[in-house]
Amino acid sequence: MEKKTIIQLKNVSKSFGSTRVLTDMDLEIRDDEFLTLLGPSGCGKTTTLRIIAGFETPDQGEVLFDGRVINDLPPYKRNVNTVFQRYALFPNLNVYENIAFGLRLKKPSEAEVSEKVKEMLRLVDLQGFEKRDVSTLSGGQQQRVAIARALIMRPRVLLLDEPLGALDLKLRKDMQIELKNIRKKTGISVVYVTHDQEEALSMSDTVVVMHDGIIQQIGAPTDIYNEPANAYVADFIGESNILDGVMEGDLRVRLAGRSFECVDKGFAKDEPVDVVVRPEDVDVTAPENGMLTGLVTEVTFMGVHYEIIVEIGGFKWMIQTTDRVPAGSRIGIYIEPDAIHVMKKSKYSDMFGDYSSYSSEHEQLSENTEEEDK
Amino acid sequence: MKAGLLQRAAAAPHIVWSALFILAPMVFVVYYTFTDGSGSPSLENITRLNAGNYLMILVNSLCMALIATVICFLIAYPAAFIFSRMKKKAQRLAILLIMLPLWMNFLITTYSWMTILEDTGVINTLLSALRLGPVHMINTPGAVICGMVFCFLPYMILPIYSVMAGIDPKLIEAAADLGCSPAQTFAKVIWPLSLGGVISGITMVFVPSVSTFYISQKLGGGTFQLIGDTIESYFTGTAVNYHFGAALSLILMVLILISMAVMNRFGEGEGGEIR
Repeated sequence: MEKKTIIQLKNVSKSFGSTRVLTDMDLEIRDDEFLTLLGPSGCGKTTTLRIIAGFETPDQGEVLFDGRVINDLPPYKRNVNTVFQRYALFPNLNVYENIAFGLRLKKPSEAEVSEKVKEMLRLVDLQGFEKRDVSTLSGGQQQRVAIARALIMRPRVLLLDEPLGALDLKLRKDMQIELKNIRKKTGISVVYVTHDQEEALSMSDTVVVMHDGIIQQIGAPTDIYNEPANAYVADFIGESNILDGVMEGDLRVRLAGRSFECVDKGFAKDEPVDVVVRPEDVDVTAPENGMLTGLVTEVTFMGVHYEIIVEIGGFKWMIQTTDRVPAGSRIGIYIEPDAIHVMKKSKYSDMFGDYSSYSSEHEQLSENTEEEDK
Repeated sequence: MKAGLLQRAAAAPHIVWSALFILAPMVFVVYYTFTDGSGSPSLENITRLNAGNYLMILVNSLCMALIATVICFLIAYPAAFIFSRMKKKAQRLAILLIMLPLWMNFLITTYSWMTILEDTGVINTLLSALRLGPVHMINTPGAVICGMVFCFLPYMILPIYSVMAGIDPKLIEAAADLGCSPAQTFAKVIWPLSLGGVISGITMVFVPSVSTFYISQKLGGGTFQLIGDTIESYFTGTAVNYHFGAALSLILMVLILISMAVMNRFGEGEGGEIR
């Protein structure tokens, strides 16, 4: 059964000065959905969130809430609440008063406030912290207070702007699980903004991959990973070997100088395409049994598996294997038809090469970029 | 400990300075207050405060300073708020303009006010030309308050501005997000968070206003006396009496300390401090 749409963005565009940050954005947020806006710094994901919250007004297009246009509705009249990147807790109020802040505006009885704040503290596991000064809390605890402060308003949609960005890895993982649990318990829809693809894949029902103010792909995490819409998505989500190919007909694609069986059809004959092969979908075999053969140029031990770089006809593939393969050896590789994913050519086609610059790329990826993207 | 010695050596000039120019004068004030002309202990200076119209002068000075402080606050708070919302570049310019009068000699600005407010001054010339005047302004309490406000306004604006500029804009967004209308955001977030600046601003305006003598002499024209004038007259006038002058100073100091303590207590109660 199709879930009910709560918020809808129709053809939304937004510029700051001469910089265009969103172009013709269409998006639906449904009931009981965990939707993640994923993209690098400056892709427009935070702006999208701010438009939903009411902090920015779109230049063009419409924002609908339950089918009603809310473009000009100020934030305080919207039934959504935000958890800010660096929490934005009120420094002059203690934990209890921070959580009670929004509730108090509705002038409820003190008993009601106390009951609801207690309920929230239980939900985020902060019982006994009522009187604590927010500045004495750790990042993770402040995060929980921020979530409780938003959830006490019973929003239809909870907006989270890189909420875990400031936390260390371990805490991040814990909070990811906790956030998922909190969401399940409350049934509130979530729009989550992050640049961390792993986080997006592991937490979401729906992932929206954005780049340059344009939605590249919307889909379930598995769809996004297994069937990226274009080279950009394939590169951004996980590791991928993106090769130039030519369709020889339905279910046949030519790449790396050889014809492969694949599961994609509907392309024109001889149409140039991008082909994605995930590193974990490539099997390593003896050279004589391989569909392609190549030279192992680099081996990195990753714990569960080895990450090896194999040069095949001048293109450096990344392959993940549990077999130990020495650098400098020749190996064969075998690719199942369903491990090959064919994509239409796009403007991103030539932007992503092979893994020749492997080590430096790795460094870049591990860099945890603090961002304030607008 | 070498570092300790070095630190102490670095602090020495400050300690000497404090001892010479802060502590020693205080000791003298207290000494003079409780001695008579011959140097023997005496409470005569204190009891003399009851006589004459010193109490009136004191109350008068406090009232004038209070009015000047309130006016400064009413001007400074919205100004500081507006400055803090402006673009960074405009903010710097605005603050520069606010500080500009501080770079000029305080006596010169007061003299300028004399020429502005005089019966034949700038304003009255203008009013006469428009057939609306002249209005007598110089040598009135209003003129003195005007001078105080002009001289001390920057000391109100700057601390309030600096606190307001430090308020994270995300807090204001958070308040709106949680259902605060702009008025409620002001009452529940901006005001409590700016209170620290308001209190230091009030202190920085009220204290010099209450003890000023120059402004009241020049713009009040000696038609009425403030406590600052009275104190000054016992140190430089024809009726020099260090002992009684010191007693007046001491009383003024105690009153100021009390009002500051009350103010700070009020601030703590509201919890308006930025961390």
